Amino acid sequence: MKRYGTWKYFLILIVLGFGIIYSLPNLYAPDPAVQVSYTSSSQTADRLLAERIEAALIDNNLDVSIELQDDYVLIRTDSYQNQLKLKDILANALINDVVIALNLAPTTPKWLADIGAAPMKLGLDLRGGVHFLMQVDTGTALKNRQDGTLQDLRIRFREERIRYTQALVQEDNSIFLKFNNSDFKQQAEEFIKDNYSQFNFPLPSEAENSLVLSLSDLEIEQIESDAIDQNLTTLRNRVNELGVSEPIVQRQGKKRIVVQLPGIQDTAEAKNILGKTATLEFHLEAQMDTPRSRKTSYPYRNGRGAPAFLQDSVILGGDQVATAQASFDENGLPQVNITLDGEGGSKMHRATRGNIGKRLGVLFVEQKSRTIYERDSSGKQVPVQETYEVKEIISLATIRAALGTTFRITGLDSPSESSELALLLRAGALAAPMTFVEERTVGPSLGADNIQAGIFSMQLGLLLVLGFILFYYRVFGIAASLALSFNIVLLVAIMSVLSATLTLPGIAGIVLTVGMAVDANVLIFSRIREELSRGREPLEAIDAGYNRAFLTIWDANVTTLIVAVILLSYGTGPVKGFAITLSIGIVTSMFTAIMGTRAFANLIYGSKKNLERISI
Amino acid sequence: MNFNIDFLAWRKIAIVFSSIFLVISIGSIAIKELNWGLDFTGGTLVELSYPEEANISEIRSSLSQGGFEGAQVANFGSSREVLIKLPGTVSDSLGSEIVSLLSKENTDLNIDLRRIEYVGPQIGSELRDDGGTSMLIALAFMMLYIAFRFQSMFAGAAVIALVHDVVIVVGIFSLIQIEFDLTVLAAILAVIGYSLNDTIVVSDRIRENLRSSELENTEEIINKSLNQTLGRTLITSLTTLLVLFSLYLLGGELIKNFALALIFGVVIGTYSSIYIAANALIMMGMTKDHLKVEEPENSDNNLLP
Repeated sequence: MKRYGTWKYFLILIVLGFGIIYSLPNLYAPDPAVQVSYTSSSQTADRLLAERIEAALIDNNLDVSIELQDDYVLIRTDSYQNQLKLKDILANALINDVVIALNLAPTTPKWLADIGAAPMKLGLDLRGGVHFLMQVDTGTALKNRQDGTLQDLRIRFREERIRYTQALVQEDNSIFLKFNNSDFKQQAEEFIKDNYSQFNFPLPSEAENSLVLSLSDLEIEQIESDAIDQNLTTLRNRVNELGVSEPIVQRQGKKRIVVQLPGIQDTAEAKNILGKTATLEFHLEAQMDTPRSRKTSYPYRNGRGAPAFLQDSVILGGDQVATAQASFDENGLPQVNITLDGEGGSKMHRATRGNIGKRLGVLFVEQKSRTIYERDSSGKQVPVQETYEVKEIISLATIRAALGTTFRITGLDSPSESSELALLLRAGALAAPMTFVEERTVGPSLGADNIQAGIFSMQLGLLLVLGFILFYYRVFGIAASLALSFNIVLLVAIMSVLSATLTLPGIAGIVLTVGMAVDANVLIFSRIREELSRGREPLEAIDAGYNRAFLTIWDANVTTLIVAVILLSYGTGPVKGFAITLSIGIVTSMFTAIMGTRAFANLIYGSKKNLERISI
Repeated sequence: MNFNIDFLAWRKIAIVFSSIFLVISIGSIAIKELNWGLDFTGGTLVELSYPEEANISEIRSSLSQGGFEGAQVANFGSSREVLIKLPGTVSDSLGSEIVSLLSKENTDLNIDLRRIEYVGPQIGSELRDDGGTSMLIALAFMMLYIAFRFQSMFAGAAVIALVHDVVIVVGIFSLIQIEFDLTVLAAILAVIGYSLNDTIVVSDRIRENLRSSELENTEEIINKSLNQTLGRTLITSLTTLLVLFSLYLLGGELIKNFALALIFGVVIGTYSSIYIAANALIMMGMTKDHLKVEEPENSDNNLLP
């Protein structure tokens, strides 16, 4: 029998040690906890915050421990009831400059955490929470861009003394311009070519003395990608405002965004905040002499007054709001205190300085979506999601003095409306509206049941398989059983180190791996039996068995691995979770079933010179 | 285990048997179609847990009074769990509306929300396309790998066996109208992996015997190989079925259909690696000569443990 290299034992011991240490954190159950951080991201959690929390909890006999982390204060409790109680107490005691979130704090011992060991992440189906998939309506972003460009062109044409009769954004998001004569048209064409690069040149013309400005493909791609990036940023801000620990906000594919919020129960609130495109616009009230083409009539929000005309030019929009806080005015009515950024402040100052005595209108702009039914080519009614814009006046107040960077907005219905508006202004606006195309909510009780079911089925499966191979292969059965258990430990360790997410289908993948991993050993052991029955010496038979079975095992596993990797790259959700554990399981099982059992067999039989028979 | 079964005596019967099954499966998929789950149809699903036995007909009537026409209400797993489905809906807020309607009517009952799922219509069809694509890609890669490692006839035989298995498992799902969702799709792909595993082990032995055996007759060699690997085939299928049954029984409702698809798949895959793959090899006219030009097997010795 070939000498079994010492380095192989070492390798196995090292891998075994790695597996045990890095799978250990999964045995420590996490503490239900609450984390508190400041609303504004510039302020990091400090001693002061921790002391305020301590003071707030002093009268309550809750068994808690308060820890100051990098950017939040963590308060651990001993049960889920106390966790909720704690959240309520803190929400009442602390003023609204903090965000309070429920969390599951790992209890990994320090020495393990120091070497980077951490437990596996649990998927939403195991811990409860909500998963949203949102589709970004990038068409709106294109239209907004063209609207802005058109407004700009009007001003520039006036400066350049180019006379036009018509200027509008068409249905297909192209700008249509019509001029008084061909000279103006030529002049405009030159001017646009020199100053704007985003259009398809040469500019086509639909009617006499007209130009059509359509965005180039490159520009469209840029605008769409910018819109999605801005939406991602805004969503991250909003999710932070919601107070969720370990949220996921990610782009998926070309026009979609995935948001996962573990532990969130109230999905209606979450959806309301995430999908809202509300923002503010500040306009001056139109005067009697304002031409009809430069003013629009808007209704009052909730019909508090007669519709009023506002000028079309925007002084500034919600994107120039630096901070916003909800509070109450002297009469106890809800209001929002707004601080503008530097640029916004000077714009506001310039616009209000010369218009004292006139009225300033605050427009509430919201993009909503509705379902309409259209007939497709085969005449079937199909539902189509459509977005539309609602603009309503929330206040129209006389300017008494030039405004600066800070002012307040009144005229809101309720405290919840003011705090929602403040939140939306703080978190920034969405560049394009979004529709929810997929939503999956898992309640906490189902999550807990799923973990239970997963663990039970794994235990039973393992027990049955171990029982069978011990009975069937005896001493070699012990080797295979050890290898199988080692395989699970190793799989869990690798999942933990990769911080992969464990889901219910993922557990099914592990269970399936247990059943299939035995295959390698079955192949080896049947070979050994065959060689024995051909009259070979036991040690030679072991050697031949391992060698001959190896290539078969290799081919069989590589093909399964190909399937698993394809599942991993094409699948979403449940399919992905299954594919992750299946792929890792195939790799680890090859190692444990071949090297692990071989080392075991060598330890038991390798030293015996004249081995008569083996137990297989 | 030493077997000496004349498998190939049953060859013709196996072909008839498989053909009948394939025809029934394809017929059922064509006529009855699949009972597509929410992942593929789009729509809304709500699972609720009642503290005591839930009154399905009461829930049904309060739903239709509340304006939710066409809602399917059924028990899910136990008499206390209720599953409400509204296929093909486009509004993403129906789930929470249903929950608030039902809990408003039963304020004395503590209804526990287990899950809400909403899948938009465009997502459903996308998932279906992606699923089909990934299955075809998986098959193509398998063929390439086997053609590269073995020989093109083995690749052809393996793919015939795989298609056979997938069609029959999907056919069974169509025939008894078990819901076909994303996890079942994952299971079907896993069946491809498993069945291939089996086919490769058998093919590997056939190849080895074709090269080394003193027997000249391909059929005899194949029969001998099948007997040699039968013990392993049965044991592996048995251990895999053991874990699958424990998943089916204890893994919860969400895993049940997944486990079921794999159980069917493992049984059919075991049968097909014995009868279909080996049969296909014989029909394609596999002989010793086809393997002569190849390198000896132990050229891969550096991979040994």
